[in-house]
Amino acid sequence: MTGPLPIKGVRDGLLVTLPDGAWHDVRATLLATIDARGDFFRGARLALRMDDRALGAAELGSLRDLLAERDTALWAVLSSLPSTRAAAADLGLQTTLTSSSSSEDDEGLPESEEEFPQAVFLQRTLRSGQSVRHPGHVVVLGDVNPGAEIVAGGHVLVWGRLRGVVHAGAAGDANATVAALDLAPTQLRIAGYIAVSPQKRGTVRPEVALIRDGHLVAEPWEGDARR
Amino acid sequence: MPAKVVTITSGKGGVGKTTATANIGVALASAGARVVCLDADIGLRNLDVVMGLENRIVYDLVDVVEGRCKLRQALIKDKRLPELHLIPAAQTRDKTAVSPKDMVRLAEEMRPEFDWILIDSPAGIERGFRNAVAPADIVLIVTNPEVSAVRDADRIIGLVEAEEKGPAKLILNRVKPEMVRRGDMLATADVLEVLAIELIGVVPEDDTVLVASNHGSPAALDGKSRAGRAFRDIARRLNGETVPFEDVEGGDGLFGRLARMVRQGGQV
Repeated sequence: MTGPLPIKGVRDGLLVTLPDGAWHDVRATLLATIDARGDFFRGARLALRMDDRALGAAELGSLRDLLAERDTALWAVLSSLPSTRAAAADLGLQTTLTSSSSSEDDEGLPESEEEFPQAVFLQRTLRSGQSVRHPGHVVVLGDVNPGAEIVAGGHVLVWGRLRGVVHAGAAGDANATVAALDLAPTQLRIAGYIAVSPQKRGTVRPEVALIRDGHLVAEPWEGDARR
Repeated sequence: MPAKVVTITSGKGGVGKTTATANIGVALASAGARVVCLDADIGLRNLDVVMGLENRIVYDLVDVVEGRCKLRQALIKDKRLPELHLIPAAQTRDKTAVSPKDMVRLAEEMRPEFDWILIDSPAGIERGFRNAVAPADIVLIVTNPEVSAVRDADRIIGLVEAEEKGPAKLILNRVKPEMVRRGDMLATADVLEVLAIELIGVVPEDDTVLVASNHGSPAALDGKSRAGRAFRDIARRLNGETVPFEDVEGGDGLFGRLARMVRQGGQV
């Protein structure tokens, strides 16, 4: 591990690409780079590109604290690993370089030539402020609370209550669907279509939302609703 | 036995963190435990006011952290309960005067001397919050039965989990039984359905709390106060006792649902 790390100015801060190697050494190199540049990093927002390095919330949290001591804010973690991205999202960090409300242009989602697993599976409650972004499908075994957000390139399937904001087919796929045992999202989007849940809440039943004849509709979820 | 560190937090302001900290502290100390209440709301301190110890402050949390005094010098003894102590926040500084590491070090220094260290967290999700939860063994989330407070509590629970301090426990504060019965206020079961964490206390709205806070004499000292009794129950549950939940909301149907959820440990 020699020499300073490559630093790139991006629109909202500084982007540093971390090399491979033991996390302890890489972290030391990063901090040494910052210390050596003095005021250059003071007050800066830092995005770290770390490819497929597996880091948990504890490691990212302690890194954030070490950076905070140097007056540098950890702002985003770019990783191809969903687990690292989820840990970063849990700490309130961005996992893409675009602003969090990507509605029109979805450049936040990696292009298709990048390698990613087809679907991510989450077995937990997604709470307010937590965000899951994945270019493939997203499956949640648990509730998605109001204030939480799911943005998927493909389908979204929630085995639980869906109360947050959900966007399926975010890269433009109008064949994507959103299914949940209790489908009552704050806002639901499929590709470029957008809808809010109707107020009436009778008996709760599983539903699937899809685009049919140019309209975003919710239908009873009966397994073959897509066909 | 070294002290357990309990952080009381909420996200939203004004839901009763400081009141809860003072009352749980009083309840634990009345039962004979050695307790220190630590005000982490630097710049907006008021735990000292609620505990009625404002006029005894000489040194504060920031003085200890920055080495201007010994920890012992900043500890204020309560005027009623000999085992209750307060470390006040600094009023003339802000949250950045202290780091999460400082808080962990301070808590470690106090652990051998006490049974309980209660930390009153500031509102918000920024530095002050991270300072307050850094040393925590147990995190208590205070919320009110209103949608915005529950939303913020949900956010905080997620952050507590991310800091690997979970699972947090829930105090539902300022419940108005008659409004719940009319269906105008979220019932305990409704709140638990969203938050899905273990309930440790339901505190009814009670005018004596406000009066007691204004007089610097927490309601838990008052044997007749309903809210005071709820806070004493929370203290007992912290001690590992099984205390049945008082039927604050009235009506068997609701209470049945609540009891069922409590037995499930909040795993909905």
